[in-house]
Amino acid sequence: MIQVLDIHKRFGEQKVLDGVSLNVTRGEILVIIGGSGTGKTVLLKHLIGLVRPDKGHIFVEGLDICHLRSWELKETRKKFGMLFQGAALFDSLTVAENVAFPMREHTKLKEEEILARVQSRLAEVGLHGIEGKHPSELSGGMRKRVGLARALALEPEIVLFDEPTTGLDPIMSDVINDLILNTQRKLGITFFIISHDVKGAMKMAHRVAMLYEGRIVEEGTPEEIRSSGNPIVQQFLSGSSEGPIQAV
Amino acid sequence: MGPVTRFGRWIFAQVEDLGRLFVVLFATLSWFVRPPYRIRETFRQMQYVGVGSFLIISLTGTFTGMVLALQTFSAFVTFNAESLVGATVALSLTRELGPVLSGLMVTARAGSAMAANLGTMRVTEQIDALQTMAVDPIEYLFVPRITAALIMVPVLTVYFNFLGILGGYFVGVNYLGIPPGPFVTSIVNLTDYDDLTTGLIKSCFFGLILSFISCYKGYTAGEGAEGVGQATMQAVVLSSVLILVSDYFLTDWLF
Repeated sequence: MIQVLDIHKRFGEQKVLDGVSLNVTRGEILVIIGGSGTGKTVLLKHLIGLVRPDKGHIFVEGLDICHLRSWELKETRKKFGMLFQGAALFDSLTVAENVAFPMREHTKLKEEEILARVQSRLAEVGLHGIEGKHPSELSGGMRKRVGLARALALEPEIVLFDEPTTGLDPIMSDVINDLILNTQRKLGITFFIISHDVKGAMKMAHRVAMLYEGRIVEEGTPEEIRSSGNPIVQQFLSGSSEGPIQAV
Repeated sequence: MGPVTRFGRWIFAQVEDLGRLFVVLFATLSWFVRPPYRIRETFRQMQYVGVGSFLIISLTGTFTGMVLALQTFSAFVTFNAESLVGATVALSLTRELGPVLSGLMVTARAGSAMAANLGTMRVTEQIDALQTMAVDPIEYLFVPRITAALIMVPVLTVYFNFLGILGGYFVGVNYLGIPPGPFVTSIVNLTDYDDLTTGLIKSCFFGLILSFISCYKGYTAGEGAEGVGQATMQAVVLSSVLILVSDYFLTDWLF
């Protein structure tokens, strides 16, 4: 469904991506793990055309999104939903208005139908009776759920997740991981997740890839990653400060 | 890195920034003639820019007119021209002080808020979220704000002029003892329709400048609270300077 071919990206003197290649298959959960500052978010932003690569190609259903005109890119983006690290809900809008936003922008649905869909999306992520609240009145976990409801509003073919459990306590992290897993099972759509939460990644993923120094250093099922002989992967999984990954 | 290289890089960065500003400006202008037209959001912004600025414009307009009357009276009384105080106050306000001070006040109040608002949206990824939802942030964020400023700054200028003349009348007639007849007659005889319209043309330009610069600075804000603070400060400083500089060229062109 998505093919990433030899992506390179540099910001000034800093090389962020150095030849990333990946395939995302329809209906799978692919989790990209890696430490902070390894280029995970930059890779994610490439997939939806927020960042353009210096070199390389990204094909979404055969269309190279690196060379699309702005209106073509807009059309392609309608296939995506995205959950941001901080949820990125619009502060000036209520929860219901946030979830309704993509529907009001891109569909001709009647207002009653939109409101019904908002309620059903919110129910899917386990939220009831908060339609009139503003994002500032919600907890971190609730914001992420509303963000997920908004990402699913247009029934996208692929949903991108930027660190879905960052900033949440371990129990809430597990709740969000379960929610992602159950939603994917129910809807059968493709989920592309970047995370440094190893436990969550192993629980949710059909496939895991590890990004290190701008390259994919290992890729496979959670079992294959766990039994990998790559010392970089093993150090990251164990969370040890000693090994080939230099944190400082 | 030597000083020449550093200077060269600085020049390149400035040219690049200016280029980016013009690209965004042209993109903004192109959205004025293309749907969607966000009427509700435009009214919301008009309420914020216009109605929300009425108090500050009332205060500055009234006191500007009052102080003008005081100053011109003390100068004109020496050659018995007190009757011209009314016309001087009216001409100064309609041609110059009304549009400029209204523009500066709206910059301080609404322009700074626009920059801070868009800057916060940038650092909290709300602008990225708009893009991922296939909504053009320039169309969604810039156009309603600029339309609101283009409509409301001239309205506020008329209100500023009216209250300024009223303040001048109050001080001139009730405090300085100028007879009301000559005060009003001088305004009617020496102020004409063109004085008001040229002032309004200026205020349209000022509305465009302050809203575009404020939106642009917020839209391109750097990371974190520091980035939002810098963007807000730059928006106010650059808008104010551009209002004053363009005022000179507009005056030269219009009069």
